Amino acid sequence: MEEEATKYIWEGAIPLQIKLHESEITSFPPPPPLMILGLRIGYLPLLVPPLKAHFSSTLPPGTDNVWFDYKGLPLKWYIPTGVLFDLLCAEPERPWNLTVHFRGSPGDVLTPCEGEESVKWSYINSLKEAAYVINGNCKNVMNMSQADQYDLWQSLLKGNMEGYLKISSKLKLGPFGEDSLPSEESEIVASSRPSRIPVRLYIRSVGEEIVDIEDAPIIDSWDKISYINRPFEIYKEEGGYVSLKQALKSLLPETFNTNSSQEESSTNVKDPNAPDFEDDNAKLRLVRVQGIEPDMDIPFFWLANCLRNPEFYLHICVFISKQPKLR
Amino acid sequence: MRGVCTRSGSLSAADFYASAIYFSQRWNETNSDFPNWVWIPCSRLGAISEDEGYLVLEKVKLQTERNDSNLEELNNCDSSANDELTDEATLVDVHSHYAHLYDLHIAYSFTYKVPVLYFRGYKSDGCHLSLDEIKEELPSHSVEILQKSKWTFMTQEEHPYLNTPWYTLHPCGTGDWMKLLLSSTSYGENISLIQYLPAWLSVIGQTVGLRVPLELYSRS
Repeated sequence: MEEEATKYIWEGAIPLQIKLHESEITSFPPPPPLMILGLRIGYLPLLVPPLKAHFSSTLPPGTDNVWFDYKGLPLKWYIPTGVLFDLLCAEPERPWNLTVHFRGSPGDVLTPCEGEESVKWSYINSLKEAAYVINGNCKNVMNMSQADQYDLWQSLLKGNMEGYLKISSKLKLGPFGEDSLPSEESEIVASSRPSRIPVRLYIRSVGEEIVDIEDAPIIDSWDKISYINRPFEIYKEEGGYVSLKQALKSLLPETFNTNSSQEESSTNVKDPNAPDFEDDNAKLRLVRVQGIEPDMDIPFFWLANCLRNPEFYLHICVFISKQPKLR
Repeated sequence: MRGVCTRSGSLSAADFYASAIYFSQRWNETNSDFPNWVWIPCSRLGAISEDEGYLVLEKVKLQTERNDSNLEELNNCDSSANDELTDEATLVDVHSHYAHLYDLHIAYSFTYKVPVLYFRGYKSDGCHLSLDEIKEELPSHSVEILQKSKWTFMTQEEHPYLNTPWYTLHPCGTGDWMKLLLSSTSYGENISLIQYLPAWLSVIGQTVGLRVPLELYSRS
């Protein structure tokens, strides 16, 4: 089952229609947009070679400084393409219409991207971070041979799943939920260490009045999105299985705030005619992982094992509505 | 989970918060030359967190090569000056158009369970300093350390709470060297985790030329 899931993820791609920003068009008639598939697990700057080939004859003179925008929002290049799509298109747009710029990257908003090297560095850094979350150290990634690092990156670039699996399996970073402690650690230490899963959460707040999520307004600033880069932790004694919903609640305690709101309602005088609200402060409207809307009761570890990205992070897009306050 | 730190060089988010509040209070009490550290709580989806956030020290002048050489120049030029060193704080006021100023933020890494420094430098006209310009300014021994050390290096990353690029010292080695630091005899046994940030800053501060006054380390 997990192999099928990995295949699904590696084959997933977003149909993109990328046009050149009008300020950079020096020819008439203007060039048509480029239709290209963006791998879900890939990154937008990796599409620059075909984009450059397509648009080079019309570009103004100067050095390239490539960046992308979606309806005016500069796109963060280190977020996988599939995650950007799931997060920014409440209603999936096919093809996804993006604009590419070759000049004037907004340095006050975007960290600079110097092409493939920057993306590779960001990828390896995320892989190191994931290794640290899982094992408590990043030795296995730091000790990768140059050849392995090169092959791993090339596999990702080309969407070569078999090549990737050959090398990633040497890192011994999964599956989540199984004991991956080295043999010299004592039993006592083993049981006191929690299991940690690398998770990146992207949260959008949607007005309660919006009935259909697909009508959610376009994001015009990254300030409207909360990004949480935090491992999910669970101690083995807690037993049972954790559902996706429980995992999300534990990663967003203030948002759901179950305990304190219960206390408040017991001390406030309640209007007997007022509608009964859920205990939570916020309501989960939509959860997307790899383009799928998983069932909230799905076992979280299983979801993480099946749908994680190649750098071992599980990226989750969450749309939330805040509950109206009690009056 | 609060407690005594003996085994690892890391600390929990709750301990980070406690240490940050303790550290900023001590700093603000003992260090009148510098601006105050301020705790900024994290605000997410309209809910302000009780204990998640970051420490901020803004528009501060660091002890950099450039600022030190300005000091020398001014000493040499002023022919009527006596041989005593002039007060650095006064120099800042009079000659602040020479000085580069920095914003320093300290946030918590949930992955590495250690504090992380984020910083930005500004020229007198408000323009941001580039990484190369910052490296030129850093104390010379620190640049050497950054180049040779496997424990810490400078990169540009997105601030965890603000959607802007900041320079940062990568935290992956912090746990290792903090473990060494905290186990050294000068800290004694049973060091409370509330002392974590002053200890951490005593090392990190050197890398960027931030002086930490000694009074901060005396137990109150």
